[in-house]
Amino acid sequence: MDTLNLLLDGMANALTPENLAFAAIGVLLGTFVGVLPGIGPAMAVALLLPITYGLEPTQSFILFAGIYYGGMYGGSTTSILLNTPGESASVMTAIEGNKMAKKGRAAQALATAAIGSFVAGTIGTLLVAFLTPWLAEIAVEIGAASYFAIMLLSLVLVTAVLGSSKLRGFIGLFIGLTIGLVGLDLSTGQARLTGGILQLADGVDIVVVAVGIFAIGEALWIAAHLRRQPIDVIPVGRPFMSRDDWARSWKPWLRGTALGFPFGALPAGGAETPTFLSYVLERRLSRKKEEFGHGAIEGVAGPEAANNASAAGMFVPLLALGLPVTATAAVLLAAMRTYGIVPGPTLMTDQPELVWTLLASLLIGNTLLLVINLPLAPMWAKLLQIPRPQLYAGILFFASLGAYAVNQSAFDVALLLVFGAVGFAVRRFGIPILPLILGVIIGPLMETKMREALDLSNGDISGLFNEPLAIAIYVLLAIILIAPPVIQRVRGAPLVPRELDEQETRR
Amino acid sequence: MRLVVALLLVTSVVSTAACGVTRGDDSRDILMIIPNSPGGGYDQTGRAAVDVMEEGDITGGSFTVDNVIGAGGAAAMTEVVGEAGDEHTMMMVGLGVVGSTYSFASTYAVLDGTPLAQLMSEPEVILVPADSPYETIEQFVADWKADPGSLAIGGGSSPGGPDHLFPMQLAAEVGIDPNDVNYVSYDGGGPLTSALLGAKIDAGFSGPAEFIGQVEDGELRVLAVSGEERSPQETFADFPTLIESGIDLAFLNWRGVLAPPEISEERRAQLIGYLEEMHESEAWQEQLATYGWIDDFKTGDEFTAFIEEQDDRVSGTLEELGLI
Repeated sequence: MDTLNLLLDGMANALTPENLAFAAIGVLLGTFVGVLPGIGPAMAVALLLPITYGLEPTQSFILFAGIYYGGMYGGSTTSILLNTPGESASVMTAIEGNKMAKKGRAAQALATAAIGSFVAGTIGTLLVAFLTPWLAEIAVEIGAASYFAIMLLSLVLVTAVLGSSKLRGFIGLFIGLTIGLVGLDLSTGQARLTGGILQLADGVDIVVVAVGIFAIGEALWIAAHLRRQPIDVIPVGRPFMSRDDWARSWKPWLRGTALGFPFGALPAGGAETPTFLSYVLERRLSRKKEEFGHGAIEGVAGPEAANNASAAGMFVPLLALGLPVTATAAVLLAAMRTYGIVPGPTLMTDQPELVWTLLASLLIGNTLLLVINLPLAPMWAKLLQIPRPQLYAGILFFASLGAYAVNQSAFDVALLLVFGAVGFAVRRFGIPILPLILGVIIGPLMETKMREALDLSNGDISGLFNEPLAIAIYVLLAIILIAPPVIQRVRGAPLVPRELDEQETRR
Repeated sequence: MRLVVALLLVTSVVSTAACGVTRGDDSRDILMIIPNSPGGGYDQTGRAAVDVMEEGDITGGSFTVDNVIGAGGAAAMTEVVGEAGDEHTMMMVGLGVVGSTYSFASTYAVLDGTPLAQLMSEPEVILVPADSPYETIEQFVADWKADPGSLAIGGGSSPGGPDHLFPMQLAAEVGIDPNDVNYVSYDGGGPLTSALLGAKIDAGFSGPAEFIGQVEDGELRVLAVSGEERSPQETFADFPTLIESGIDLAFLNWRGVLAPPEISEERRAQLIGYLEEMHESEAWQEQLATYGWIDDFKTGDEFTAFIEEQDDRVSGTLEELGLI
C-alpha cells in the first residue's frame, strides 16, 4: 500500500501543467526520432542533454522519459508502413506489420502497436514501481550461461519459421549467422570477414541489414517486376480495429509484456530477444497460423508489446543498481550525474520524490503517447495511397537517410545497397527472409554469451551449465525436442497439439 | 501535409546534428570530433571542454560537436587525418584510441594528427564484490600468482582498451605471464557492474566513474586505485594506490585534444592557447572536480612525447599478448 501512496504522490507532483507540457514535447520528439531510421532515442537524449541543464531534474527526466517511450513506439510506424525498421527492436514488427499494411490493414497494425505499447508500457512501469528492489537482486544472478541457454532455445524455435523448404530456410539462417560474424573477434581482437575494411571492424549494424534486406530489396524487386505485373492498388480498408482484431490482440499484448519485461530488467537483456521470442511464440499459439507471413495481427501486437515492456524494464537495473542497460539508459545516467544524483541501491530511499515522480511521469508519457498516436494511425495509413513509383522512391530516400544517420558514415549507405542486392537475390531464389534476419540478431548475441560463459570458467565446458536457470532451460529444450516423437510412438497416434493449445488459450 | 512537415522537421534536426556550419578560413568556429558514443568518457570530457570554452567565449566563435562512432575511435582518427590542413577541427583522443589504432589495425596512428594538449587523467580501480574473500590487493595478487587462470578478471573494454591493458600491465609487473590472464571483456561499465554484483567474475578493472553508487553503498569493494597518488574523488580517496601496496605500477587513463595533420605552426600555437586559457578558467576546475578527474595538463611537444611513450607501452603489451 505504501508503494501505491508514493506513486500517487509522484503522480500529483508530475501532473502540473508545465510538466505535462514537457511530457507532451518529449513524446512528440521521441515519436519523430523513432520514425526516422537510424536516429535512436539515445542520440536524441544526448543531443538534448545540454538544453536541459537549465531545467529542474524532474522536468528533464519527464522530457527524457517521453522521448524514450516515444522513440520505442515511433520505430514501429516506419516498420509497418515502409518496411523500414528504425531500430533493432522494431525489426520483428516489420515482418507481419508491413504485410498487414499491404492488405489495407495499416491502420489496424498501427493501432495494435500503439495500444500494445501502451498496455505493455503501463504494466511495465507499474512492475518497476512495485518490484524494483526485489527484481534487481535476482536479475544480477542471471549470468551468461543462462542467457546462452535462452539463445539456444530461441535458435531451436527459429526452426519453426523456416518455411516450406527446410533447405532454403537453413540457407537463409546461415546467411544471417554469417553476416553476424563480421567484425572483430570478441576476445582476441582478430578481424573476421572484414576484408581489411576498417568500417566493418565493429560488425554490421542490424538496422542497416534489416533496412537493406526489407526495404531496398523489396524496392528493387518491385522495380524489376513493375512492368510485367498489373499494379494492384492497396485497398483503403477500415480505419479502426474490429472486434476480431481486439480479440486477437489482447493476449499477445499480455504475453509480449510478460516476455519483454524480464529481459529489460535483466542487466544483459536488451529488447531484440523478447521481440523475436514473442513473434515465434505467437506464431506457435495462433489459431490462424496460415495468416503468419501474410499479415497476422498477433505478429505485430506481441513483439510491439515486448519491445515496450522491455523499455520499461530497463528502469529496474537503472534505478536500483545504477546500471545502464541500453544506450539511452547510459545517457540518462550521465544526466543524473550532472544533477548530482547517484543512482544505485540507495536512490529509492534517498530521493524518493524524484524516483516516484519519474515513474509517474512514465505513466503519463505513455498515456499521452496513446492519445496522440491512435488518432494519427488512419492518417499515417493514407500514406500508402501514394502511387507505387513515388512511394518506393520515397522509401529508398528514407532508407538511405536512415542508414546514413546510424553512424553518419557514407560507408553504411554503400553497405545498405549491398544488403539491398542480397535482399533482391534471396527473393529471386525463394530464400525466406525471416530466418535470415533472425540469424543476424541471434548469432552475435549467442556468441557473446557463449564466449563470456566459457571465458568465466577459463574454457571449461561446465561454464555453460553452472546456473540453475540454464539447466532448467536445457531440460525444457530437451522436452520440446524429444517429447513429441516419443508421445507419438507411445500413443501410436499423431498428437494433436493444435487443439491443446486452443483449449489453453481459451481459458 | 502533416507528414511532410514532420519529415522536414526531422531532417532539419538530423542535418544540424550531422554536419557543422560551413566554415570559411576567417571563421572562428571549430568542429570538435568525439571518437565515441554520446554519454561515454570521451563525450563527457569533450563536451565539458567545449562548454567551458563557449561559456568563456575563449575562441570568439562557436563549436559544433560531432560523435564519429566506430572501431573504438579509429574511425574518427581516419576522419581527422582525412581533414589534413583543416585548421577548424579538433578531436578528442586518449588511451583507448591509442589502443584501438592497434587492435583495429588502423592505417593511421594517433601521432599522424597534430597533438595539442592533454586535458586530464583518471586512475583505474580494482573492484571485488562485497562477499569476495579478498580484503587487500596483496591477498588478491598472492592468489592470482599462484594460479593466474583460476581468477576471472573482468573489464569494460575490448582487447586494447584501458580496462584490458591495466590488468595485463599489472600481471606483467607482479610476474604473471599476461598470456595466462583470464580476461573477460564486457560491453562497458554497465554489464561489468552486473557481473561484479552477481559475483560472476573475481575482480573488475575499470575507471571509477560508474561505480560510485555501489562503492558508497558497500556492494563493491575497492582493492586499489592505479594512480601515482590517491584519487581526488571523495568516494575513492580512502583506498590505497598500487604503489603504496608495494607494486611499482601507475596506470592512468587520459584524454586530450588533437588537430588534423599539416596545420600551420601559428594555428597550432593559437589552438593550444585556447586550451590553456580554458584550463586556467575556474569553470574547468569545477568540471574536473565534478567528474573526479586529475588535473593533468600537458601541451605541445610535451604532449607529443607523452603520446609516443604511451604508444610504445600499448604496442609492447599487445605484442606480448600476440594480439598484434
